[in-house]
Amino acid sequence: MATSVQIKDLSLNYGAVKVLDRLNLDIADGEFIVLLGPSGCGKSTLLNCIAGLLDVSEGQIHISGKNVTWEEPKDRGIGMVFQSYALYPQMTVERNLSFGLRVAGMPKPEIESRVKRASEILQIEPLLKRKPVELSGGQRQRVAIGRALVRDVDVFLFDEPLSNLDAKLRNDLRVEIKRLHQRLKNTMIYVTHDQIEAMTLADRIAIMKNGVIQQLDNPHTIYNKPTNLFVADFIGSPSMNFLKGDLADGTFTTNGVSVPMGSYGFVGSPNGKAVLGIRPEHVQVGEDARKMPFQFESEIEIVEPMGAETVAWTTLAGQSLTLRADAEVDLQPGQKILVGFDPARGSVFNAESGNRI
Amino acid sequence: MSAATTTYGVEPSGPKPRRVTPARIGIYAFLIVAAIFFLIPLAVMILTSMKPMDEIRGGNIFALPLNPTLDYWVKAWSSACTGRDCNGLAPGFFNSMKITLLAVPISIILSMLNGYALSFWRFRGSELMFGLLVFGAFVPFQVLVYPIIFALSSVKLPWGGTLFGTLPGIVIVHSIFGMPILTLLFRNFFASLPGELFKAARVDGAGFWRIFFSVMLPMSVPITIVAVILQVTGIWNDFIFGLVFAGRENLPMTVQLNNIVRTSTGTVEYSTNMAATILTGAVPLIVYFVSGKWFVRGIAAGAVKG
Ligand SMILES: Nc1ncnc2c1ncn2[C@@H]1O[C@H](COP(=O)(O)OP(=O)(O)O)[C@@H](O)[C@H]1O
Ligand SMILES: [Mg+2]
Repeated sequence: MATSVQIKDLSLNYGAVKVLDRLNLDIADGEFIVLLGPSGCGKSTLLNCIAGLLDVSEGQIHISGKNVTWEEPKDRGIGMVFQSYALYPQMTVERNLSFGLRVAGMPKPEIESRVKRASEILQIEPLLKRKPVELSGGQRQRVAIGRALVRDVDVFLFDEPLSNLDAKLRNDLRVEIKRLHQRLKNTMIYVTHDQIEAMTLADRIAIMKNGVIQQLDNPHTIYNKPTNLFVADFIGSPSMNFLKGDLADGTFTTNGVSVPMGSYGFVGSPNGKAVLGIRPEHVQVGEDARKMPFQFESEIEIVEPMGAETVAWTTLAGQSLTLRADAEVDLQPGQKILVGFDPARGSVFNAESGNRI
Repeated sequence: MSAATTTYGVEPSGPKPRRVTPARIGIYAFLIVAAIFFLIPLAVMILTSMKPMDEIRGGNIFALPLNPTLDYWVKAWSSACTGRDCNGLAPGFFNSMKITLLAVPISIILSMLNGYALSFWRFRGSELMFGLLVFGAFVPFQVLVYPIIFALSSVKLPWGGTLFGTLPGIVIVHSIFGMPILTLLFRNFFASLPGELFKAARVDGAGFWRIFFSVMLPMSVPITIVAVILQVTGIWNDFIFGLVFAGRENLPMTVQLNNIVRTSTGTVEYSTNMAATILTGAVPLIVYFVSGKWFVRGIAAGAVKG
């Protein structure tokens, strides 16, 4: 597939502070890429560099095969949607949508037809004569998306577009953005710190930390084969259980408890200090635990019913272990129960480097 | 059951009844006393301006005029003597108008552009520039009077003479001296707007002027009103710049007032002086009355994200 956006050795410094450090990223045509990471890791900075709103310190940005490193934002073929909506408060929705086109000096009939099409797609036709203050948060963000839509760009940039909305609206609009992507098939680069948004929307997720992409892969791989401890810990809620111990000859030992790793796909035969990560939903209790390659008897400490499922805390070899069970399973604090998991479904990391082994 | 509740008093429901507490009485008493305190001089001035001299000399300053007359107002406006000329305050009023109407828009437009550029179009050294401007707001202007006289005198006009002692000269001086504080005002206002608004306009392809006129200017109405009020009152009330830089032909109202009050032809004519003083102060007073609501709103606007 053709590349749509290509970032080559991009660095950005504020004085001595390196926010982005020789970052490389290739995004295919029509791909939905999510930049995910904790607050302050440089996601917005990267997006602003792509948009041309920040001058890069080093490196290149190519969009649709053209080197746009020195181009103005308007000449890059991008549209951008912001967290704060950033609608022009004194203009009606219609004029908000058409502002970019009017700046470009487009003929009136063409402007009208584009505004019409965008407002149909986003279902904001009844709002065209209103001012932004008269709109709800969800409507405002739709208008903001429309402003990018009318410009008929190749690449959409979203900077945490749903973060200012309440939970229900966020879900609705998330689905709408996905629908929009399936309909338009534009390249979309979407910044968020919300892993649900990332998992549900992305073709590929780029997980960032301190201005460096930690892992770039599809949501399934990111979730099941995290490349290092940071990614493993960041993705998943409740987060992955980590057991500290030693790895020797395919057996992981933690506080005297041996866990045979079975068919775990080690690269080579690593030994030494390691961390075993197990997702809470891979830990089984009761009858289901009997089928697991690794079993132990333990006591339930805390139970959190979530409705669809129940999250419970127990311990293994003196370390806390979270598990997710079906809501039908009756768990009580203080209850002794058989717990088990398949170590091969876990992830093992080198304790020093934090990298997956 | 309802009888039981009424027996023991009304159950709380709806708005809480307002009680007259001692604190509230105290507050009102203080406000009324303060208002009287500040209104007494004004009342005395108005009363005095409508009394003839013998009534002033003979009577109590609070006494109502026996035969109220506006003659002294007319005299103050059109025929009181300022030194040798006896044209009243009217020429000063028109001079002040000219100076204010020119200097206010010039200083506000320049400061607004400055504030806009300093907030959004950061360039190398823009922070330093802002620092210097803020510093400028705290320089006592007296120390600059002589250097400015020198600077203005060195600008030769094509039709002879120099900028010193001319209308353009005094307008330039007021515009420059208004800029630090106004730039500070506007920069802080623009800095309080969401930066993403500016970014959105950049992505939409708008440049420096387009963003200024289409996006920023329409949002700046409240803060501009604050600036207008500050500048109108500041320039209208100015004495020293007018005296030094305006030249004989353009002396502002404040300077003319001073001349009227100090020109004594035998007796001091209090009635005329009072009328002249009220006339001079009328413009800032009217500006405050008309725009008070806007002023508060504009001051508050800085704190509200647009
Ligand atoms: N103008 C600036 N000057 C200095 N540091 C900045 C500036 N803007 C952002 N940073 C720093 O760059 C880092 C990345 O910021 P940002 O890209 O906004 O993070 P996020 O991933 O939350 O979007 C942060 O640590 C922030 O402190
Ligand atoms: Mg951000």
